[in-house]
Amino acid sequence: MTRALHVTVREKSFAGTNGAPRIVLRDIDFRVELGEFIAIVGPSGAGKTTLLKIVAGLDSTFAGSVRLAGAAITATPIGFVFQEPRLLPWRTVFENIALVLPRHADRSVVTRLLGEIGLADFAETLPPQLSLGMARRVALARALVVEPELLLMDEPFVSLDRPTAERLRVLLLTLWRARPCGIIFVTHDLREAVELADRILLFSAAPGRLVADIAVPLARDRRADAAAIDTACAAITLRQGRAACS
Amino acid sequence: MTASALDRATAPRSTTIVVGIGLRAASFALFLTIWEIAAHWAGAKTLPPIEAVVAALLDELMSGELLHHLGVTLARVFAAFVVAMAVGGALGLAMARWRVFDLLLDGWVVLLLNLPALVIAVLAYVWFGLTEAAAIGAVAVNKVPLVAMTMREGGRSLSRELSEMASVFRLSRWRRFRHVVAPQLVPFLLVATRSGLSLIWKIVLVVELLGRSDGVGFKLQLYFQLFDVPHILAYALAFAAIVQAIEWGLLQPLERRVGRWRR
Repeated sequence: MTRALHVTVREKSFAGTNGAPRIVLRDIDFRVELGEFIAIVGPSGAGKTTLLKIVAGLDSTFAGSVRLAGAAITATPIGFVFQEPRLLPWRTVFENIALVLPRHADRSVVTRLLGEIGLADFAETLPPQLSLGMARRVALARALVVEPELLLMDEPFVSLDRPTAERLRVLLLTLWRARPCGIIFVTHDLREAVELADRILLFSAAPGRLVADIAVPLARDRRADAAAIDTACAAITLRQGRAACS
Repeated sequence: MTASALDRATAPRSTTIVVGIGLRAASFALFLTIWEIAAHWAGAKTLPPIEAVVAALLDELMSGELLHHLGVTLARVFAAFVVAMAVGGALGLAMARWRVFDLLLDGWVVLLLNLPALVIAVLAYVWFGLTEAAAIGAVAVNKVPLVAMTMREGGRSLSRELSEMASVFRLSRWRRFRHVVAPQLVPFLLVATRSGLSLIWKIVLVVELLGRSDGVGFKLQLYFQLFDVPHILAYALAFAAIVQAIEWGLLQPLERRVGRWRR
């Protein structure tokens, strides 16, 4: 039996400008099997990033719990790919990835990963000299080098041109197949979610609520089947009663 | 890469270096020319010509006096600098990190920042006697608020995004400080170092002039009483040369090294 992550957020709020609390998340309750790829889709301001931070342990001021197989998540290796690459500009690509490894870990794994993401020749390059697409690949490698049981991704391919984003999606699936782990992938792009995920959690506008938990009715290697993806998008959109899939 | 390609790659850099040295030499020559003209115009008693100052410099150098007093002053500068950077740095970072520290110490920092160096030096000698510790302490106290203010700004400007990254990947405290925090503080540390040294040089001389029996400040006071302008200028120039050497030989290369990722 695979281990599962259980996330419950009864309520999460921030202090509003007028002093009154502004609720960003409410009545969230879902499970993710480790090995499963789920996407969270919702409009801007639905609290998707906040939810990822709660799962990652970056925010503990909420009513609810994050448990992995019934225990706290603190001992579980987690990978996180932020919206921006968040690389250290004063460290080389290699050093940025190796930084998150335990002190005496075998560093050859970094070289191997650099090869897999197609940046073997850029090991000694500093991040400011990389394109955004390359920096995003490095951020992905950094998240995977810790061999995470859970990988959290916050709109990792946003603001990339379409071909680059497409290549990165393919790379992500390839790397995930080689290193199965639970993935929570936040996006506002329903089509991207359908292309990648096993399940889609649909969030409402602020305050974000979980309004639907939908299993994607497509086999893996679905990327080439544009018509099937379109149909799935249309079905989900119809179910939501809104035209979000363009 | 072929030899000719290498030449092409290195040519602009060597040209830049040559132009840089040339401009600095021209600037120095201009300084000497203005000095000579001014010396002629003002008279040797007020502003001695260059050769008189060089003679005084050689005289002090040969007798061993110059090196002794320069060494004593530099040791005081170094001691006061280390104390001021350590105390000011720790206070500044604590003020950036904890609001309560900021509220408690902000008034003190502003008060010390605006208190004349001379007042602190005089009070230190009155309260603690004409001792080495009082002299170094007085200089350090003058500098601490400036370092604290600079490092507080550095602490406040630390990237929250990188801090989150370090947290999510569970970097140890030491790794987080060494790889994430310290490199962000380096520019502020360099500003504090440069402004600190330039301030400390000046205050150390005042403190020596007031209450020490050795050091460049003491010698300047001695030659002032004798109205010996060539010797005053000889000590001032020797001191300025050392400061310049530290600037060119230590601070600027250090700045280039730590800031190379920005290029």
